[in-house]
Amino acid sequence: MENLLKWCTDVLSNPTWFYLLTTIAKLVVVFAVILAFVVLSVWIERRVAGWIQDRPGPNRAGLPLFLLQRFGSKEEQPLKNLLRFLGCPPDGVIARLCRWLRFDREIPTFGLVQPCLDGGKLFLKQEITPSYVRKFYFILAPMLVLGPPLVSAAVIPFASWVQTPFGEINMCIANLNIGPLWIFAVSGLSVYGLTLAGWSSNSKYPFLGGLRATAQLISYEVAMGLSVIPLLMVFGTLNLQEIVHSQAESGWTLLPLWGQGLSLQRWLLCIPMFISFIMFATCIFAEANRTPFDMAECETDLVGGYHTEYSSMKFASFFMGEYAAMVIGSALVVTLFLGGWSIGFGADAALASCSEWLAVACQFVTFLIKLLAFIFFFVWVRWTLPRFRWDQVMKLCWLVFVELAVLNIVLTAVIIYFIH
Amino acid sequence: MAYIPVKRPKFSILDRIYVVELVRGLGITLKHLVLSLLGKSRSKKDFNGAGIGACMPFPEQRWDDHLPSYYRGAPALVRGEDGRERCVSCQLCEFICPARAIRVVPGSVAPGSSCSKQEKAPAEFEIDMLRCIYCGMCQEVCPEQAIFLSQQYLITPTDRKQAVRNKEQLYRLGGIRKGLIHKWNQFK
Repeated sequence: MENLLKWCTDVLSNPTWFYLLTTIAKLVVVFAVILAFVVLSVWIERRVAGWIQDRPGPNRAGLPLFLLQRFGSKEEQPLKNLLRFLGCPPDGVIARLCRWLRFDREIPTFGLVQPCLDGGKLFLKQEITPSYVRKFYFILAPMLVLGPPLVSAAVIPFASWVQTPFGEINMCIANLNIGPLWIFAVSGLSVYGLTLAGWSSNSKYPFLGGLRATAQLISYEVAMGLSVIPLLMVFGTLNLQEIVHSQAESGWTLLPLWGQGLSLQRWLLCIPMFISFIMFATCIFAEANRTPFDMAECETDLVGGYHTEYSSMKFASFFMGEYAAMVIGSALVVTLFLGGWSIGFGADAALASCSEWLAVACQFVTFLIKLLAFIFFFVWVRWTLPRFRWDQVMKLCWLVFVELAVLNIVLTAVIIYFIH
Repeated sequence: MAYIPVKRPKFSILDRIYVVELVRGLGITLKHLVLSLLGKSRSKKDFNGAGIGACMPFPEQRWDDHLPSYYRGAPALVRGEDGRERCVSCQLCEFICPARAIRVVPGSVAPGSSCSKQEKAPAEFEIDMLRCIYCGMCQEVCPEQAIFLSQQYLITPTDRKQAVRNKEQLYRLGGIRKGLIHKWNQFK
């Protein structure tokens, strides 16, 4: 046992091994969280869509209790017996609550397993590759859509850092000094997926969808890049971890309520920051191909858009790629504008002085909560706004956003230069 | 073709900026979301809804009391007030049926029944519910007012044979219809 401990200490003392092991651990955690959030965001999407349209949404898919009988249990109603065993009256509040939650019929999941079951269904469906497609690119395209969002998650910090006896662990897989640029560059790659899917399908609707996707994504990348420049001017760094750290110390970008955020300059800077936030969020919507900007798969005029010819798991990977892009986009907005992992009001420093591991855990949870909130916002907007017309989408980008972003940069520069 | 220009509404600058309308739209959807979560959606009562939203959670709550009177469900045969089989097996419904769901085998009237005036009665009357499209043409064409679309909407056979309804089942579903048809009245 002692030998084992000593061996572990030895391995961890070696900086290379330490770096490798911690990175792998972080990778596993982030990858699991993103995939879980993809599933979760599908669920949120369908539930919230239901509520907005006065429906319950997917609320079943529980494990029915009659399965127990099928597997040989003699009990007719396990809940009734359980309540009797616990001494609850059969018409009491608890019993009624249980019945309302459908405990008497099933083990409820509130529809949470529905996306997983859908995934299973897509696995089992027939895989159709039409004879007229270009096979290599047809198979390559879904990978190119699913890959980039998962890769671009590498630079997003999900908590602060921890000092261990062996070295510092930064809770960000790759603490690059070019964080946002990395995300723009890599997520820009996903346009290849859409274009290739549209082109290799060798049929007209996917082709039109692919063309639209290309034009839209490239245009909105310009606007997106320009719209974050004011923010980078304020923070003076491109390192996402440092950006979040300075937000934790001196107030979130949109909520400067503590630290240095109480100065006049920061309050004035809220105006360009807010403009920048709206533009950036809109561009993220467009980049993630979500309604009101889902021109690439606009069902009303393009059948299914670029993935018309896809079926089974290939279609599912487009689907997952879209939701992964949505999760990463939300994470980026949260990181840049809503304080990332920071709990706010100076709570980060206080927690860190108490215990760094506790602080990291709390910050991780805070980050996930903020992420969920923004995903909800994504969904909420989707079920509110109708789809724009194609020329409106392009006009919004080139005639409004690009100009507005440049003006915003000038405004920020003026505020930073003249007001202290 | 006359050229009719469509009058587009004039949008104010506030409308064209779109942000205000966007926020209002978000407010409307949020209101719906909150109301349906609280279980206070509009027209919930009309739908016999329970729980979240205005929807009726189907197997637990049923349409039964909430079906409109004009609802057209499964077709059924009816008896008159006097208990007489109204169907005279003229086979008009069989001929009109666009889905060819109906099959009638004409037979003679049972001796001693109350309706000796009519010539025929169905020996067998079958409706294949897998074929029926609930169009109501049989009801419309029937000169004897013998076949009606009932309010039954839950039709879940487990095999094809079960889906075919015979005369007995159809009469059980239809029951007795009020109102005499005096054409076959003996005392007339």
